[in-house]
Amino acid sequence: MIKTALEDYKDMIHRCFRCGYCKFTSDYSGFNCPPYTKFRLETYSPGGRMWLIYASLVKKEIEWTDSLSNILYTCTMCKNCVEKCRFKFSEDLVNIIRAAREEIVERALAPPKVRDFLENVDRQGNPYGEPREKRSDWSKDTEIKRYERGDEFLYHVGCVGSYDTRSQDAARALGDILLKSGLSFGILGNKEECDGNEVNMLGEAGLFDLLIEKNIQKFKDLGVKKIVTLSPHAYNAFKNDYPKDFEVMHYTQLLRDMIKDGRLDLSKRKENGFDATITYHDPCFLGRYNGEYDAPREILNSIPGVELIEMERNRENAFCCGGGGGNFYTDFMGSEEDSPARIRVREAYDTGAEILVVACPVCLTMLNDAVKMERLEEKLKVKDLSEIVREICNL
Amino acid sequence: MGEKDRIYKSLVDIIGKDFVSNRQEELYIYSRDPGASKSRSVDYVVMPKTVKEVQRIVKLANEEKIPITPMGGGFTLSALVVPVHGGIVLDMKRMDKIIEVNEKSRYALIEAGVSEGALLVYLEKNYPDLQHSVPEAPPTVTVVGNALIHGHGHISPRYGINSEMVNGMEVVLPTGEICKIGSSSLSPYWFTRGPLPDLPGLFLGWFGTTGIVTKLSIKLFPKAKYRDALAFSTDNIDLISNVIFKVTQIDLAEDFFLIAQEKPDWMNHVFFIIIVSGEFEEELELKKELYKKIFQKYKGGKEIKLVEEIHPALRKRFLDVPPFAAVAADFRKGGGFEYTGAILPIDKVPEAWRRGIEIAHNYGMTYSYVHQILGGHSIMFGFNYSFNRADEEDAERVRSAIDDSNKVTLDLGGMVWKAELGGQKLMLEKMDPNTLDLIKRIKKLLDPNGIMNPGNWGD
Repeated sequence: MIKTALEDYKDMIHRCFRCGYCKFTSDYSGFNCPPYTKFRLETYSPGGRMWLIYASLVKKEIEWTDSLSNILYTCTMCKNCVEKCRFKFSEDLVNIIRAAREEIVERALAPPKVRDFLENVDRQGNPYGEPREKRSDWSKDTEIKRYERGDEFLYHVGCVGSYDTRSQDAARALGDILLKSGLSFGILGNKEECDGNEVNMLGEAGLFDLLIEKNIQKFKDLGVKKIVTLSPHAYNAFKNDYPKDFEVMHYTQLLRDMIKDGRLDLSKRKENGFDATITYHDPCFLGRYNGEYDAPREILNSIPGVELIEMERNRENAFCCGGGGGNFYTDFMGSEEDSPARIRVREAYDTGAEILVVACPVCLTMLNDAVKMERLEEKLKVKDLSEIVREICNL
Repeated sequence: MGEKDRIYKSLVDIIGKDFVSNRQEELYIYSRDPGASKSRSVDYVVMPKTVKEVQRIVKLANEEKIPITPMGGGFTLSALVVPVHGGIVLDMKRMDKIIEVNEKSRYALIEAGVSEGALLVYLEKNYPDLQHSVPEAPPTVTVVGNALIHGHGHISPRYGINSEMVNGMEVVLPTGEICKIGSSSLSPYWFTRGPLPDLPGLFLGWFGTTGIVTKLSIKLFPKAKYRDALAFSTDNIDLISNVIFKVTQIDLAEDFFLIAQEKPDWMNHVFFIIIVSGEFEEELELKKELYKKIFQKYKGGKEIKLVEEIHPALRKRFLDVPPFAAVAADFRKGGGFEYTGAILPIDKVPEAWRRGIEIAHNYGMTYSYVHQILGGHSIMFGFNYSFNRADEEDAERVRSAIDDSNKVTLDLGGMVWKAELGGQKLMLEKMDPNTLDLIKRIKKLLDPNGIMNPGNWGD
């Protein structure tokens, strides 16, 4: 039998008591686990999943079924459970889910949508199955150039920013800002490869290793020392799963630093400021995974006229958009009224803000679709922070 | 179409397919709880949203003669909501509206699925001067479930157990009628259960065998601005009853519990934890000083010591509402925990204390106690056992220890709170035959087809 990471957790999984702290926000004001919020059956809670993993993959008390696969793949890997679980093993809760998924993939039991995602990444380097040669189409008609040895930063756009039409605009916005700031950077264009964060989250360890290998080789060949990512998902993979051969920043961290050292001045860009009420949605892979809650807020607060209103669930209590762990493609959460993205959009709308700002292409596409489903697009705009900054800069 | 498929389809017709399941995954999870009881089979899991849906399910269950087990948080640890004879588990957590808070008459009208956490936060945000009695349980457990099992909470020593805080309820009777109990049966207000025949008693402590409570009015109480914990300790177990009597002679404690642990050594004493609260700081300080004074004078001040410095983690554990009691499940890195909640006369505590230690040692465990004083008239004495869920022999040891603890409880003239099937059986065997007959007659009268959580309180 092939040894998977689940072996590492076999003496831990049964320790979950199913006490349920993991379902909540930290003050218990609401449920904060996206699949549990939608499905409400105990099976969809983090504890329910732990018990099912133990029963099926460790103790072999129950058979493998399609519904069991679906239950495990509805988890968006948002890490709310890790944040809220009170036990010492909390840090490993999503690792256990990922390890169970590895076992599922290894046994060829993954749901068809997951298989499609992984096969597409394997074949075309992106989950959508779009041709590799179209990866850089988003950058046509821009002045963003290919990365050359000696450039300070490699701008890694990622799959969603490269192919999703809504997120492409965020990719262009960030490119425009970086160009305007005079930063020395470039993109890999059609040679860019999936960073593999979601491949890892979906449990395809072999493919993830292959992607790391390919990317690292590419970075080495080009002499890449610093990477700035559009997506927190890529940022997470590069920062936490790749060899530490290069420095990586999420773009909000770079822009925040540029504001601080004067390379980017938003305070004088628009005569009358921006004059908008904004609420900010924390992406899971920036916030809970990497503890970066301040950089996006510091950027927003540096813009004259911006009134930042927090949603009730913010920072470590932010409610996931539902797109994590590959769900932006596999769509196990659906788009009904009780889908996480629609719940989140209603929460944003309730703040009275005019703009819901995100800093993640996955959140952007999920919440943008949700706003339309909620018929709120005239009242609440969904924008990436890069788009706001570009607007301030009159680019 | 087989019978089970036909019933499944009927349930889907009532609720919709998203909240009805006969899949192995749900049947597995709902067939066991985090305590040590063995799993028992379930045929369907259903999550209703409205009282009308509950009513239709009950009517269907009567037609089909299939059992229904209503479930709140599912955290009794004694498997009270794991069906004994299969059938439907009615998970009430989608009925989660806080319908009304009447500030002046101090009550909250809620649906059956409202969690302790939800009501706690709702009151903190909207009625910061009011509180409800929050049990020493995770915030996922339901307010209604805790009241229905005669649960108690952090202000029970002052105000009584949570079932005594029930003003009234809406119940779907086992035959399908929707019935209002308490003042709401003749008034728009849910402020009191009497002066009427005390019908809430037909549903409190019956473990869902007499009906399904869909709404409940629970009393709220003043929430003091200041709270603090005082700890006193002794090594003289024989003093415990007198100390409890002394502390409860002056009505100043909000919460009062006893704790002890065999390990680490510094916890291996009898600790009396008194939570005091006050609207004013001076009031709080006065209460603290009065308790200190009582023990300075008690038996020449030699026997009961004030714990001058309470460890910050312990102070937090004492003052948190709810405290993180579930930590006990990981004492042995096993994810399992169950206890006999012995409701005992106060003067039996020293003997229970000693016999509980014997039981723990007999099964190769260290003892760990948390007992709450219930209003100066009785104590909830916890014979606590952590176990390893992955080790069936360990779970079996705990089942035996629970059985021994149940027997000790009854020997001492006590009763077992929210007893698992074995504990219920012991109590029914010891019970006055006419009382037992009355229970059977009431159940038969209300539930002629025997569909409501059968197997609990006898068949």
